[in-house]
Amino acid sequence: MTGKTRGNYNENYLTYVKTQDPPTQHFKNCAAAFGVGGLICCIGQFIRFMLEYAGLTGDELAGSTSVILIFLGCLLTGLGVYDRIGRYAGAGSIVPITGFANSVTSPAIEFKTEGWIYGMAAKMFTVAGAIIVFGVFSGVLVGLIYLFI
Amino acid sequence: MINRQSKKGNTVYFKNSPRILSYAAICGSKEKTGVIGGYADITLEDDMYEESTYEKAECKMLTNVISLAIEKGGFKQQDIDVLISGDLLNQIISASFAARDYLFPFLGVYSACSTMSESIMLAAMLVNAGYINRAVAATGSHFASAERQYRYPLELGCTRPPQSQWTVTGAGGCLIGCGNDGIKITSATMGRVCDYGVTDVNNMGAAMAPVSVIIGQTFCVIARIRLC
Repeated sequence: MTGKTRGNYNENYLTYVKTQDPPTQHFKNCAAAFGVGGLICCIGQFIRFMLEYAGLTGDELAGSTSVILIFLGCLLTGLGVYDRIGRYAGAGSIVPITGFANSVTSPAIEFKTEGWIYGMAAKMFTVAGAIIVFGVFSGVLVGLIYLFI
Repeated sequence: MINRQSKKGNTVYFKNSPRILSYAAICGSKEKTGVIGGYADITLEDDMYEESTYEKAECKMLTNVISLAIEKGGFKQQDIDVLISGDLLNQIISASFAARDYLFPFLGVYSACSTMSESIMLAAMLVNAGYINRAVAATGSHFASAERQYRYPLELGCTRPPQSQWTVTGAGGCLIGCGNDGIKITSATMGRVCDYGVTDVNNMGAAMAPVSVIIGQTFCVIARIRLC
């Protein structure tokens, strides 16, 4: 039960709290997100070109590029670098596929102390679980619409 | 039958003047750089505190702070009648595990950020009533363990909103008993839960601020009683 459904919800106080919050620096955040996000995409594109040069094509090429980026995301999370990038870049490092890798790896590292099975394996998807559930769900939905059109 | 002299509103008054005989504090590396760093007995260089997990570090801080408070007061474990303690984790696990190392009984309390004041109040009540001679009131918390339990994993690359606050890495404890020196505890106000509907998990201060207004009003009342 949240406070908002109750009679004690104090509109004046909440408005006051909002005025006291330090403002989010939208321009700075957007610029950082654009720069870092763009950089990650450029790295991805570079990997793609290199793989294309090595002779991969079609699905193989797209898959391999993603796998390499996911690996790099996981590695940087493990080394404790990705959260620092994330603190600076915000959405720039969350939105690309490396951010998804980070959201799976970070709980895995965090909950490893609770054991390999009940800790790491069970709680690996606490953050990314929602993305997977709604990702699959929306995929099915779009697929159904596509089927009937 | 409540003695009207000893309770007024939600405030209880202690006639037998329980005192804080000794105290100890440990704080983490981030707190060390702030104002409270200079007042702590032990400051941690490493937030892991030479343990394998943050929870164990939290427990170790609490254990050390209890031992240190007893030691600084010049007492032994046998002199303590009860430990009143709590923390922020599920089943107040750090406090329970810290209590395992001692011979005296343990009363677990939980009231989030006011766990320390609640444990001091309960200890003072017990001492004032004459049931016990000395009690240790202690509380500990750890940023990393609290963050893991309430919010996101530390390694997750998400930004904290500018109004977000941090859970303290540290522990504090004090020994309460009857004596001639030390800070006298004259009264305690039992707080009520005050929910104004703040739902931002990062803005803990905003959720707690309404209560401090009520406490401020109580202080005025106590001061007025003093003056009369």
